[in-house]
Amino acid sequence: METFISDFLFFVEVLLSGLLTGSLYSLIALGFVLIFKASGVFNFAQGAMMLFAALSMVGIQEMLGVHWTVAFLLAVVVMIALAWCVEKFVLGKLVNQEPIILFMATIGVTFFLDGFGQTVWGSDIKVMDIGLPDGVFDVGGIFIDQLELVAGGTAAVMVLVLAVFFNKTRIGRALRAVADDHQAAMSVGISLRFIWIVVWSVAGLVGLVAGVMWGSKLGVQFSLSLIALKALPVLMLGGFTSIPGAIIGGLIIGSGEKLAEIYLGPFVGGAIENWFAYMLAMVFLLFRPQGLFGEKIIERV
Amino acid sequence: MFYREAGQFKSSYKEDQAIFPILQDRIGVGLILLIAFFGIPLFASEYVLSAVMIPFLILSLAAIGLNILTGYAGQISLGTGGFMAVGAFAAYKFATFSFMIGQYEGTVPIIITILLAGVMAALVGIMFGIPSLRIKGFYLAVATLASQFFLEWIFIKVGWFTNYSPSGVITAPPLEVMGYLFDTPAEKYLFTLGFVAILAMAAKNLVRSHIGRGWMAIRDMDIAAEIIGFKPLNTKLSAFAVSSFFCGVAGALWAFVYLGTVEPEAFNINRSFSILFMVIIGGMGSILGSFIGAAFILLLPIFLSNVPPMIGWDIGVDLVAHIEFMVFGVLIIFFLIVEPHGLARLWTIGKEKLRSWPFPY
Repeated sequence: METFISDFLFFVEVLLSGLLTGSLYSLIALGFVLIFKASGVFNFAQGAMMLFAALSMVGIQEMLGVHWTVAFLLAVVVMIALAWCVEKFVLGKLVNQEPIILFMATIGVTFFLDGFGQTVWGSDIKVMDIGLPDGVFDVGGIFIDQLELVAGGTAAVMVLVLAVFFNKTRIGRALRAVADDHQAAMSVGISLRFIWIVVWSVAGLVGLVAGVMWGSKLGVQFSLSLIALKALPVLMLGGFTSIPGAIIGGLIIGSGEKLAEIYLGPFVGGAIENWFAYMLAMVFLLFRPQGLFGEKIIERV
Repeated sequence: MFYREAGQFKSSYKEDQAIFPILQDRIGVGLILLIAFFGIPLFASEYVLSAVMIPFLILSLAAIGLNILTGYAGQISLGTGGFMAVGAFAAYKFATFSFMIGQYEGTVPIIITILLAGVMAALVGIMFGIPSLRIKGFYLAVATLASQFFLEWIFIKVGWFTNYSPSGVITAPPLEVMGYLFDTPAEKYLFTLGFVAILAMAAKNLVRSHIGRGWMAIRDMDIAAEIIGFKPLNTKLSAFAVSSFFCGVAGALWAFVYLGTVEPEAFNINRSFSILFMVIIGGMGSILGSFIGAAFILLLPIFLSNVPPMIGWDIGVDLVAHIEFMVFGVLIIFFLIVEPHGLARLWTIGKEKLRSWPFPY
């Protein structure tokens, strides 16, 4: 009985930790979804944007010696400028190209941002210290990482804010109109270019928040942009076009891979975290090819 | 071109459907092969042969493989590195396998080993191609990452593949064909070139056959292709099989001819991405494009890392690496904007223009 209870507590602990890590994946996936919804671009650069945003924020903080809130706001400005540049120099030149060409262009953006960020701010591991708590809570024998809890809360707040933004504001409604039908949106006088800049800015902001969270957890370093690859199975599972999908997909992937690592890993030699999420998503897609909440793909000849 | 097909009359269907119907094209291809087989090994330095030409040829082969899948059959794949790894490790297992016939103990000949490795990769490719029957587009692209990470993991974790080598590194056996040892860079180059030339020609022929037309039909609109009678199961899985065969052979050559000793990290996700770049920059749906793309992606970093020292600009090594990244990214975007259909397309356009030059009306 004693061991059963401690086993159960351990299970809950692993599950919770997985769910909270999953919410961090969701934060990255959110940026992907925003851009895919509004412009149909599969934005591979989201991870690089996250790294670049976090690097800029830490870099500005170090260089000017200002409080982190000021650095955060300046980083937001940097991300808006980046969104403008991407629209002006990349997407604007590639209007009406096939999705794979746009996808390729975002890979180009990824390379550029990785190189640019590290050229400007250096490639050492930087410490992101904005006074987030670390250490663990002890709730009835279950240990919860405080930082992960804050991250989970932040993810929830982000989603709420985005939901309000999309449903209640004028720009948000314009965004949804563009997502539904480019042509129709243009014909009622919505400027596509402006919307794209807004969407990339919002995705940059989401990337910045994700970067702050991951940066506090792991330090701001190059491997952050690789973590973004983990957001891909989240996207597949949730569907490329669904914000709730990104959240729920993140939670499933996060908890699934933690549980698999602890309970299945030892039987096959461990380190299955690297591919388990992809396999989970792939098997899942066999049954529902458009993901959990993705729009049903209707094809006509 | 400065020549036209005017005056070259065909009197049979066979002549009309020849792979290079125009005489000058045949001469051109013959010249290129002549230079590749005799000119380059005679005049190129050892460094150029072993550090530029051999990887260029092998990566071109992998790019042809991916181009068959992505450019011709329209299935985006990010698992190329994984299939190359299957080729490399399968070749190693076949090469270290010995059998007994009577008192005679033998090993599998190296060429057969490499081809068998391709077949193994094809089988694995078919397995990972099955989801493509349900999943499409970017969903499939992400799903193929599963094969990349899973295959990489399995070659690190399962000791059997490396014959329980403690470091997880495999060492290729010497390249000996019928008692002749391919040892110097020039010989190794010729060995690679033989494979690449034959397989590239096979690919060129394959994509204009019934099978290749099936792939293109599936790419353009899979439902329509199904309606006119191409079975998606056969068509898609054959694309995965052939593509993986090419990648597997490329992986085996990469391990045996280029590197010699290999660990699974040589076939990581970055390898998959760089081959996808080659296909897209070079031109999707073009065998020539695979070569151009491979040359571009392989030579550009070599060129970029040599520029700052050449102009006497002394900066740190890691800064050079970062700037390389930046320039690489900018050039990818630049070429996509200039010609979204790849460099091979520029070649085609140039040919069209020259056809009517200097009197375009």
